[in-house]
Amino acid sequence: MRPSAIQLLNILVPVKRSVDFAVKIRVNPQQTGIDTNVKHSMNPFDEIAVEEAVRLREKLKADVKLIKAITIGPPKASDTLRTALAMGADSAIHVEVPESSASPEPLAVAKTLRAVIDKHNASAKEAGDKFDLIILGKQAIDDDLGVTGQMLAGLLGWSQATFASKVEVDVGKNEAVVTREIDGGAEEVRCRLPLVVTTDLRLNEPRYASLPNIMKAKKKPIEKLSPADLGLDYTPQLETLKVSEPPKRVGGGKVASVDELLAKLKEAGIEAA
Amino acid sequence: MLRTSSIICRAALTRSYATATSPHALVFLEHRAGVIDSGSLSALTAAEQLGGQVSALVVGGSEHVQGVVDEVKKLKGVTSVLHSTSQQYTEPLPETLSPLLEKLLSDSPFTHVVSATSSTAKSLLPRVSARLDAPTVSDVTSLEHDAASGSTTFTRPIYAGNAIATVRAPAGIPIKFFTVRGTAFAPAVSQDSTADDKAVDPVEVADPVTQHLKTTIAKSDRPDLGVASRVVSGGRALKNAETFEKTLYPLADALGAAVGASRAAVDAGYADNSLQVGQTGKVVAPELYMAIGISGAIQHLAGMKDSKLIVAINKDADAPIFQVADVGLVADLFDAVPELTEKLKK
Repeated sequence: MRPSAIQLLNILVPVKRSVDFAVKIRVNPQQTGIDTNVKHSMNPFDEIAVEEAVRLREKLKADVKLIKAITIGPPKASDTLRTALAMGADSAIHVEVPESSASPEPLAVAKTLRAVIDKHNASAKEAGDKFDLIILGKQAIDDDLGVTGQMLAGLLGWSQATFASKVEVDVGKNEAVVTREIDGGAEEVRCRLPLVVTTDLRLNEPRYASLPNIMKAKKKPIEKLSPADLGLDYTPQLETLKVSEPPKRVGGGKVASVDELLAKLKEAGIEAA
Repeated sequence: MLRTSSIICRAALTRSYATATSPHALVFLEHRAGVIDSGSLSALTAAEQLGGQVSALVVGGSEHVQGVVDEVKKLKGVTSVLHSTSQQYTEPLPETLSPLLEKLLSDSPFTHVVSATSSTAKSLLPRVSARLDAPTVSDVTSLEHDAASGSTTFTRPIYAGNAIATVRAPAGIPIKFFTVRGTAFAPAVSQDSTADDKAVDPVEVADPVTQHLKTTIAKSDRPDLGVASRVVSGGRALKNAETFEKTLYPLADALGAAVGASRAAVDAGYADNSLQVGQTGKVVAPELYMAIGISGAIQHLAGMKDSKLIVAINKDADAPIFQVADVGLVADLFDAVPELTEKLKK
């Protein structure tokens, strides 16, 4: 337990620039990946993470000392950070990788986040300056891996609350009660801070940044780092051999009436149970 | 017995390669209060495809573990069952289970750690893999292990199932972690033989950082969505929770089907979260999938497009769902569904 007099929340929100969720992606002819010359935006689960951090501040007021967004990505990923700043983050870190390089694997991302957290916490003058809550999206909608948050919690040895649909932080007690979406229902857990939370879709409805806030966000600081600054190497552990199109489904056409539909079902051997 | 001898054979053969060892998978086998999770049965099948030994790990409180172990011992493909019992394992929290797995994996010759792509395993496996400096490959749909090189190749859907990635975990990754998409592998079946079982001392965590408070499971007398052979799913066009129930449930009951929902229907409060089918919900692949009042956004298609027969009922003839549906009916669902239910019952 830390001394209670200086209990303050410092939140780190990792965000990812990914292909917009509404884009119908196309595999490139070389089968090495997809055509990325399409609209990108912030990973939807990360928007929910930023929103949650901002809502915590609105609820807990001065108890939330800092909301910092961080991204690892090409130069263009700074747009994603500006979005987070416009939604209410105070400052941001951009770990920049070359435009051409593939996005780092989750374990490398988790190690980057750990390095940033360790560095920040080591330089914190008092306990109330340390990061003690990390909110991430439950998965990125491009690689669909959904592992970064858990990996980060493991590396840090912190408690974790994945697939959160409700987060209640009690700063005084140094704990959070989180409702998690699990298979078949929900689960409530009490986690001691410091804590890693990953967001489910139902945690909140992210706000739109207003024009004044977008203007203000342009003045908020973004610190630039390179993987080398953190002593990290992004060489992937896994080799991507191929990216291919999934087998195409061809629609079987339409029927004109319920009776025809029933006949088709019967043909397929489906009858009432 | 035959199985064992073939493994010995393979081990003898691979001995000539300096780097390769015969694969030995550890399957994290899940159960809820003593009932084995169907996804875990598929994970066992996937583990067996690696071509080596398969050990299942069963954890839990004292009241359930023995019963589960007895059942798992009979499952095809299982060569041994490890079990660990502790009050701390009654609720499978990653913070308390991770130390047990880390200890097991550092002591034993496991080459792969396998589980279903379930909410519990998705929380646990990456935490453990990161501590062992290894990646986790999520939601694998097929796999192939090359015993000579010690590398394993996986395929998995990315971009909401709109592309399939083939990735190789090279021999340099000594323990390969992956979770398995249940609908892509047949569940392991019971057979006569029995595997060995071995108790493993629990690793008690003093003063755990996370405490389980309560679990709420949405009760239903219909089949479980994840494993049902027929699914009737509703979308936003169902208007509200009451009409959702009134329209879909009789049809589902007539067919003996599970009920699913699109994200729009769940977000609007028509159906419980646990019924969501899609990229971020359940992935299903039943014999029959009926999409009713669902437009067919890519996020939804990601969860159901491997179904055998897809039937769509929608008012909008241009809805994208008709591009994947085997049988489509353009009609008002409030007329068509009751009529269908009536005529089915005859």
